[in-house]
Amino acid sequence: MNGLAAYVLRRLLLVPVILFVVSMVTFALGRYAPNDYVAIQAGSRARPETIERIREERGLNDPVYEQYIRYVGKALRGDFGQSVKYRGTDVQDVIFPRLWVTLQYNAVVMLLTFAIGIPVGTWAALRRGTWLDPLSIGTFVLVASVPVLVSVPLLQWLFAVKLGWLPTGGWNERNILGVKVGIFSAEAILPVLALTLVSVAGLARYMRAQVLDVLDQDFVRTARAKGLNEYPVITRHVVRNALLPIATLMGFELASLFTGSIILETLLGIPGIGLFAFESIGSRDYDSIMAIVLLGALVFQIAMLLVDIAYGFIDPRIRLSAEGPT
Amino acid sequence: MNQAELTAGSLEAGEIRRTPQFRFYRRLVRRPVAVAAILIILVVYTAGVLAPVVAPYHFDDADLHNTFASPSGDHLLGTDRLGRDVLSRLVWSAQTTVIISALTVIGGSLILGVSLGLTTGYFAGRVDSVIMRVADALYSVPTFLLILIINATMKDRIKSLFHDIEDFSGIGGLVRSGAPNFFLLSLALSIFGWVGMARLVRSQVLSLRESNYVLAARAIGSSTPRILFRHLLPQLTNLMVVTITLSLGAVALAEVSLTFLGIGVEDHASFGVMIFQYAGPTNVRAHPLLLFAPTIVVASLMLSFNLLGDALTDILSPRRR
Repeated sequence: MNGLAAYVLRRLLLVPVILFVVSMVTFALGRYAPNDYVAIQAGSRARPETIERIREERGLNDPVYEQYIRYVGKALRGDFGQSVKYRGTDVQDVIFPRLWVTLQYNAVVMLLTFAIGIPVGTWAALRRGTWLDPLSIGTFVLVASVPVLVSVPLLQWLFAVKLGWLPTGGWNERNILGVKVGIFSAEAILPVLALTLVSVAGLARYMRAQVLDVLDQDFVRTARAKGLNEYPVITRHVVRNALLPIATLMGFELASLFTGSIILETLLGIPGIGLFAFESIGSRDYDSIMAIVLLGALVFQIAMLLVDIAYGFIDPRIRLSAEGPT
Repeated sequence: MNQAELTAGSLEAGEIRRTPQFRFYRRLVRRPVAVAAILIILVVYTAGVLAPVVAPYHFDDADLHNTFASPSGDHLLGTDRLGRDVLSRLVWSAQTTVIISALTVIGGSLILGVSLGLTTGYFAGRVDSVIMRVADALYSVPTFLLILIINATMKDRIKSLFHDIEDFSGIGGLVRSGAPNFFLLSLALSIFGWVGMARLVRSQVLSLRESNYVLAARAIGSSTPRILFRHLLPQLTNLMVVTITLSLGAVALAEVSLTFLGIGVEDHASFGVMIFQYAGPTNVRAHPLLLFAPTIVVASLMLSFNLLGDALTDILSPRRR
């Protein structure tokens, strides 16, 4: 595992570099954008002198690189500026409650995905060659192909409008032991359902392929030849080995947390990090955008690193040399 | 390939020359699912290309006397809140998909991807490692978020650039046709979309570079561009077609998603605009049919791309299931 440790270290050293570059690009985009965001935020009735005064106060008339250096200096000390929508509130005080909302339903989705997807995929693999086989693969591909942008309005129509079983959207929090929790409300069912359908179908399809691969291996034949019953062969030998590559999917799920939530939360009006990102971009709230992008890039980096490490542990043949997997 | 197939192939081989390309397409055509997927994709893209000819109405033709009309002979899929023909809007939306896909494939996959892949593959060393580090970095940032921000912040600047171009060249109607948004969206997608193609071309060139025929070409004094474009690139056409096909679905979905968020295409029909306008509890309660039109098209397009992608990877690496 020496190579792996060196590789992980190299990747960890790369994380600040990438964050640095991403922050620079985002900052430049924000500062060079033609829309004068001070004017937008001050409102249409603000006098030009007022806008000019605010610009001067915030140092927006300085060269961009000076502004950037100042931003980085502040950010390193934990000051990410203030939110525009919630005046006087630090950006991080807005972001973390939003992130907590997104994390809640995503955690449930991940649990459900693995709890349902793995047995379903295994079951589908064991029915290879029967009439159920094309049916199950077809269902997996069909469900996994429908993007959230399509599935959510349709599920909303079916369950909220037509059947009236679920609320049409929103997020309903209640206080549990001093923490605002929204996952136990009826509002959480629709987002969880929509995301779980896609992920379960994807995971089951992948799991089926993995199980089929393992079933062909020699050690499975050995296990059967030594007289093991079918059940322990499947649970102890087949599923356990098929599960290993599945572990990497966790990383990809984590990576899609930020970007995947934008569409879903906009469609359903869930006040999570995705909706916040969308609102901030719409209102040119650059301090919030910077913080969201940085956090998103950081989460993405960690997720990808976890995926790579998982690959390394699972299959030592994948050479984690200094160059990394190619 | 097994022995029986080999003998069968050699027995069949008469006057017809069976190239690997031919075998590849024959295997593809033998899969009904793949053929169905190709047909659906072709129908949508052909409708998009021929939109000005086949669409019964313009996507913005409002008829306020005839709003929310049910499907009829005049309006095969009915009309929406402003009396616009839904079928025509679908066809024109497909045109948006075609334009964005074409621009992104040309810009991202072909120009950026192939040239960078050829460069890194053929000239190993410092250039290679720099470009591949950039590719790694692009893989490890939240792409969708950045494309979103690029589009939101640069939109007005690109628009004024196109205004200048209009004034300077005397071509009118560029901005009104939505060209700046098409350009910007494809540009943003290309910036993040070249990595897959570059990696593919690079890995292929790396292995082909050492082959005997390249050595022979170099020995008779062929120039490097000639080796790259005459000897190496033609070997890769199959894989390039597959890679582009696999990326088209993601490009189409990105356009629809960004436009849905109000950040992608403007002043033009798009499936994203349609979903935005027809979704939502109040709209859906009164007129669910309107929502079904764009969602069913987008869903079948995505399904077709996935099925085709499965078939293609299956043909190229038969061990995978």
